[in-house]
Amino acid sequence: MSPFTLAKIAVRALFRNRMRTFLSVLGIVIGVAAVITMVAMGEGSKKSIKEQMTQMGTNAITIMPNFSRRGGVQMDASSSNEVLDEEDLEALKNQAQYINAVSPLISSNGQAIVGNSNWPASLSGVSEDYLKIRNYEMEDGVMFNDQEDRMAKVCVIGKTVASNLFANTDPIGKNIRFKNIPLKVIGVLKAKGSSDFGQDQDNVILAPYQTVMKRFNASTDIRTIYANSIGEGYAEKASEEIMTILKERRSWTKPTDPFRVHTQEEMIKMVTSTSDLLSLVLTAIAGISLFVGGIGIMNIMYVSVTERTKEIGLRMAIGARGKDILLQFLFESVLISLLGGLIGICIGIVASEIVKNAMNWPMSVSIASVLVSFGVCFATGVFFGWYPARKASRLDPIEALRFE
Amino acid sequence: MNSMEPILSIQNLRRDFKMGSEIVHALRGVSFNIHPGEFVTIMGTSGSGKTTMLNILGCMDRPTAGHYVLDGEHTEKMSRDALAHIRSRKIGFVFQSYNLLSRTTAIENVELPLLYNSRVSSMERRKRAMEALERVGLADRMNHVPNQLSGGQQQRVAIARALVNDPVIILADEATGNLDTRTSYEIMSLFQELHAQGKTIAFVTHEPDISTFSGRTITLRDGLLKKDTLNENIQSARHALELLPPPETFDEE
Repeated sequence: MSPFTLAKIAVRALFRNRMRTFLSVLGIVIGVAAVITMVAMGEGSKKSIKEQMTQMGTNAITIMPNFSRRGGVQMDASSSNEVLDEEDLEALKNQAQYINAVSPLISSNGQAIVGNSNWPASLSGVSEDYLKIRNYEMEDGVMFNDQEDRMAKVCVIGKTVASNLFANTDPIGKNIRFKNIPLKVIGVLKAKGSSDFGQDQDNVILAPYQTVMKRFNASTDIRTIYANSIGEGYAEKASEEIMTILKERRSWTKPTDPFRVHTQEEMIKMVTSTSDLLSLVLTAIAGISLFVGGIGIMNIMYVSVTERTKEIGLRMAIGARGKDILLQFLFESVLISLLGGLIGICIGIVASEIVKNAMNWPMSVSIASVLVSFGVCFATGVFFGWYPARKASRLDPIEALRFE
Repeated sequence: MNSMEPILSIQNLRRDFKMGSEIVHALRGVSFNIHPGEFVTIMGTSGSGKTTMLNILGCMDRPTAGHYVLDGEHTEKMSRDALAHIRSRKIGFVFQSYNLLSRTTAIENVELPLLYNSRVSSMERRKRAMEALERVGLADRMNHVPNQLSGGQQQRVAIARALVNDPVIILADEATGNLDTRTSYEIMSLFQELHAQGKTIAFVTHEPDISTFSGRTITLRDGLLKKDTLNENIQSARHALELLPPPETFDEE
């Protein structure tokens, strides 16, 4: 029989039991809609986390002193006896091949004052490369230069600082007083918008690190060094290389590492693996409802086969082979599941949009999840329709015709 | 067609059924031939083996022993699919209870056997079904569903369905069993017409008066062939119909 004829017979049989068909289809609709929505939810949150992380700079590497132990007491990083210094910075800049930018980060907390307004901000002593590492861009003015502005009293400010200290005026050329030292604003950073982990990335004042080191902190210690790996996938090599260079400089022999090297790639991997697990669990739960829908199809197909035993007997008596009967019933179950899949996909997409708009949850319906759902539906129809259809195809025509 | 060559030939046909530990011998070695153009009734009381015989003749069942050759093909050792193929190409079935698909129009019921013949296009299918319905005089009822048709009309649709694949033999199983006398005679008159047009018909019945409309009667008893007689004096069903008193109630239409 041609597929067209089979489809016609199946459609007609399904139409005859409209309510029953509707309920079986509903089971699949709910399953598929749940899968689509759950996957969209998982994908959406993964995507938004990844977006936030990339804003920080995907290739960023952070180097910090390691925790140390003193007499069995775990100390935190600030009490570590290993510190980074300018020579480490130079060594990394000159020797490391897997990094293309290095900048220290020296912080000084305090209040920034302009005229009558003041604003709590953190002063960060960095080098020119910092912008590249953290994905900052200049909006106005210029960035200071490592060589020319070594200890200059200049700064570059973020959007939040600019709007709080210089409400409606142009901050370029004006002075900010920080711990009584005036810093001339020479540039304004472009806003990065959203913050990651609750930190406002636009609430920054950047100054040459030498300036912060010597004028504010009166210490040559460097707490943190940021570096930038040469590209995606090089983070691990870069961090190994950094560790080797730092250990060599210190002729380090202890089993524990003197510093901790974090890569942004690691962080992204860690966070996405968490959300991967979350979306896997959600999808599995939704998948169970699809499975239950499939059982519904199987149940209804068994009923249908029993009910139509006489019809099967007749069809066989006038020449239908087992295969013809098998295909007839398989077409029905596949049709139910595909119909359910189609409607379920539509409802799933609509539901995702509603969740996105009403609850402000990042949702992302991927083409892949739609295609996979459709494929799974087809497989569900075949899988759950197979046994009832096979039962039908193996009936004895004489017995089946006698069935009342 | 060479009338000397039988269209259907059975030799020493046996069929045993296992009923628990007992073996029931439904057929104990029956032999006969049917030649093209014959109209044969197979008679027998219940338990005589005539249903078993019909199932084997209709290729729905296989004999335990013996030979069955239909239109030159040995069917004893055929697979289920091969038997289905024989049924679809060589046999036309007419059942006692019509067995039409409900909520399916007459023409679609008639088309049904051709669905299982991939060599027939949907255009040809419709055309042949239409012709078959015309032959049984129901062309004007083609779009009626079974519950809009009388018993006699339903049986005519079933006969059209048996004709549509142009079978070598039409097998009828108590085809008048559910009908009143008048309608039975109408159906028998239709069978006689088809016979006159050259169709080979095997008609299973337990009503002796039905056998008077056929040319030959085979009687089975206890699984054995008891009698195989040619009918010298074939009655005309049309004539018998005219002799019946006119129907006292309203017509079924």
